[in-house]
Amino acid sequence: MCLAIPAKILKIEDNLAQVDMAGVRRQADIRMVSNVRVGEYILIHAGFAIEKIGEKEAKETLQLLREII
Amino acid sequence: MKFVDEFRDRAIAERIIKKIERFDSLKVNLMEVCGTHTMVIFKQGLKGMLPRNVNLLSGPGCPVCVTSQEDIDKTIELAKDENVIIATFGDMVRVPGTNSSLEKERGNGADVRIIYSPSEALRIARENPARKVVFLAIGFETTSPLIAASLLDVRKEKIDNFYIFSSHKLIPPAMEALLESKEVRIDGFICPGHVSVTIGSNAYKFIAQKHSIPCVIGGFEPLDVLQSIYMLLKQIKEKRAEVEIEYFRAVHPEGNRIAQELISRVFEVTDVRWRGLGIIPKSGLRLKREFSGFDTEKELPLKTKKSKENPDCACGEVLRGVKKPTQCKLYRRICTPEEPYGPCMVSSEGTCAAYYKYG
Amino acid sequence: MDPAWSLPKAHVQPITNMVKKFEDNTKKILLAHGSGGKLTHQLIKGFVKKFRNPPLAKLDDSAVLRFKGKLAFTTDSYVVDPIYFPGGDIGKLAVNGTVNDLAMVGAKPLYLTASAIIEEGFPLVELERIIDSMNRAARVAGVKIVAGDTKVVEKGGADKIFINTSGIGLIDSGVDISSKNARIGDRIILSGTIGDHGIAILSAREKFDFQTKLKSDSQPLNGIVWEILKVSKKVHTLRDPTRGGLATSLNEIAEQSRVGIEVEQEKIPVKEEVKGVCEMLGFDPLYIANEGKLVAFVPQKDCAKILNVMRKNRYGKDAQIIGTVVARHKGRVVVKTSVGGERVLDMLTGEQLPRIC
Repeated sequence: MCLAIPAKILKIEDNLAQVDMAGVRRQADIRMVSNVRVGEYILIHAGFAIEKIGEKEAKETLQLLREII
Repeated sequence: MKFVDEFRDRAIAERIIKKIERFDSLKVNLMEVCGTHTMVIFKQGLKGMLPRNVNLLSGPGCPVCVTSQEDIDKTIELAKDENVIIATFGDMVRVPGTNSSLEKERGNGADVRIIYSPSEALRIARENPARKVVFLAIGFETTSPLIAASLLDVRKEKIDNFYIFSSHKLIPPAMEALLESKEVRIDGFICPGHVSVTIGSNAYKFIAQKHSIPCVIGGFEPLDVLQSIYMLLKQIKEKRAEVEIEYFRAVHPEGNRIAQELISRVFEVTDVRWRGLGIIPKSGLRLKREFSGFDTEKELPLKTKKSKENPDCACGEVLRGVKKPTQCKLYRRICTPEEPYGPCMVSSEGTCAAYYKYG
Repeated sequence: MDPAWSLPKAHVQPITNMVKKFEDNTKKILLAHGSGGKLTHQLIKGFVKKFRNPPLAKLDDSAVLRFKGKLAFTTDSYVVDPIYFPGGDIGKLAVNGTVNDLAMVGAKPLYLTASAIIEEGFPLVELERIIDSMNRAARVAGVKIVAGDTKVVEKGGADKIFINTSGIGLIDSGVDISSKNARIGDRIILSGTIGDHGIAILSAREKFDFQTKLKSDSQPLNGIVWEILKVSKKVHTLRDPTRGGLATSLNEIAEQSRVGIEVEQEKIPVKEEVKGVCEMLGFDPLYIANEGKLVAFVPQKDCAKILNVMRKNRYGKDAQIIGTVVARHKGRVVVKTSVGGERVLDMLTGEQLPRIC
């Protein structure tokens, strides 16, 4: 199962974060992602954050997708 | 939903399709390795949007589907023990073993619980100290770091009734096995986005260099998949064989170091049997000796009878991209989601399930 | 705990007043409450006082009612777990569910029966709470509960409480609504967001570790149906997509009417939180139960005015036209996906969330 979804960090307490996914709140274990801050987005898989989502990179991706050539 | 909706834009999809259509001189087989990619392709109707010269093959990236019949039967035997609580991700419950399934055993009184996170399994263990909780650790590199982390927690907390049925597998060796079998011509791989979050794009370099097959690591939104296909076609046209990352908002060349360290602390690489692919060297994980106290193979040994697969079930060939589900004798006639004969029809990432539901 | 689903204070005389005269240990339902004797009578008298209507007050073996015209008659049982959830409880569900079944054939719901099978040991105060809820739901829907029954079973014989409701309604002449009547060219209107009920139930089950503000959409649809019929009696099909979700209902209609159905993913309204939970758990909102929504199959020329009148109703403000009935792929439902692809939308197969209605 490779289901992982983007969630926004609301609060951090040691290795746990309160996150928000489209208005759904839950807890996530963030020991696998270093240097994350409140307001940033992380990918959650089965209750664990597996990586931070780069907002800059997401924007760049969309730009690439929009290219006509 | 942020980072989701923008990647489902219809107008952008049409643009990417137009870019893809320009490669009309190529006739290619592209394999999406991951079951979640298969699902997105079917659920979003992407196949119908692609030109005829681009053929998509579904690969063996569905962890439940590639679990061997022996392993399925072992989990069913474990469930029969009345001192055992089985904690598992949902898909395993309905997979038919040689004689039964976890679901059938549940009907006979077995305690089988579906969980969404390993932390729930730990909770069950804490709440039921007198019973043994067995977590079915079936998955790829996306999931194995989580299991490793959970076992470290179990050890720290001194929880003494927690075990795992260790059945993790590794994706890159399976990709190589497919290429070496030469059964089907694969011109490019759409590599699994979230497995790659853990292992990084460097893990696929040998596929590009040794076998000269282009690889693109794709995200899971429909635009990600379409763009990955475009990037593969571009590589093929330009006669390049590289590992490119479409999903670079989450995947890095070196992957997630912390996750990799977690895996290597708890597990070591070993040879394992894959349904449909046989034994692939160094393609699975087993618990290191110091963690063997959590291993059901050591702590809860079973006597299993001979395992048998249904000879007409074509799951193995479907997993290798050799057959499409429609070419299986049982598909739809006898094998349906209500009465599945093989795991490919049961799993939410199974190719047969995708064909049946969305085809 | 979020009090979003706590019930407001009841205005009707509490049932426990009736029982206080007797032994103290009657604060819980006992097997004796079902035996037909004094305790049963106390229970029944309590219900009668709550539901307050002439046919019920007679306390005859049957309610005697008069009708003239075409009758609709339906029944449903409710075993939802947990019995209280954000946006409602088993009682509210039981009343609205049957009211809606009647409304879906174009009937004006009039009378309901309510039977309960109660597990021994179920607290009386909880029963009272559920009765109050049913009473309130019946008042909002404009129906009377005129007959009922209670049985008590030993501990373990039922899970707290199961409720069955049957309902009778009258259908106006000129109204012919059925799953077999969908016609090629019909437009399909969905009255609001899907998946709310099923996901609200999930969030109330503590094994799922997530919090949302989602509430069940359990609500009576007879009002909005009446508004629709006022502007056009030519409605062909109505359906409230409960278990199995919108996908299953559309498939049933496609099959029964022998037509093809095409819907657009982007037009189907889904709350962000429902999307979030579904993405998280791997569910599809199209298969999740609803308890206060309907799909209407209407002729193309009446579509705009029906949509208009639906949006003016409090239970239809998010109404959207989501698709069309076509001659192609008879018996099947096809979805145009977000990115512009096409795929088949099958019925719910196998997996089902346990006991959501």
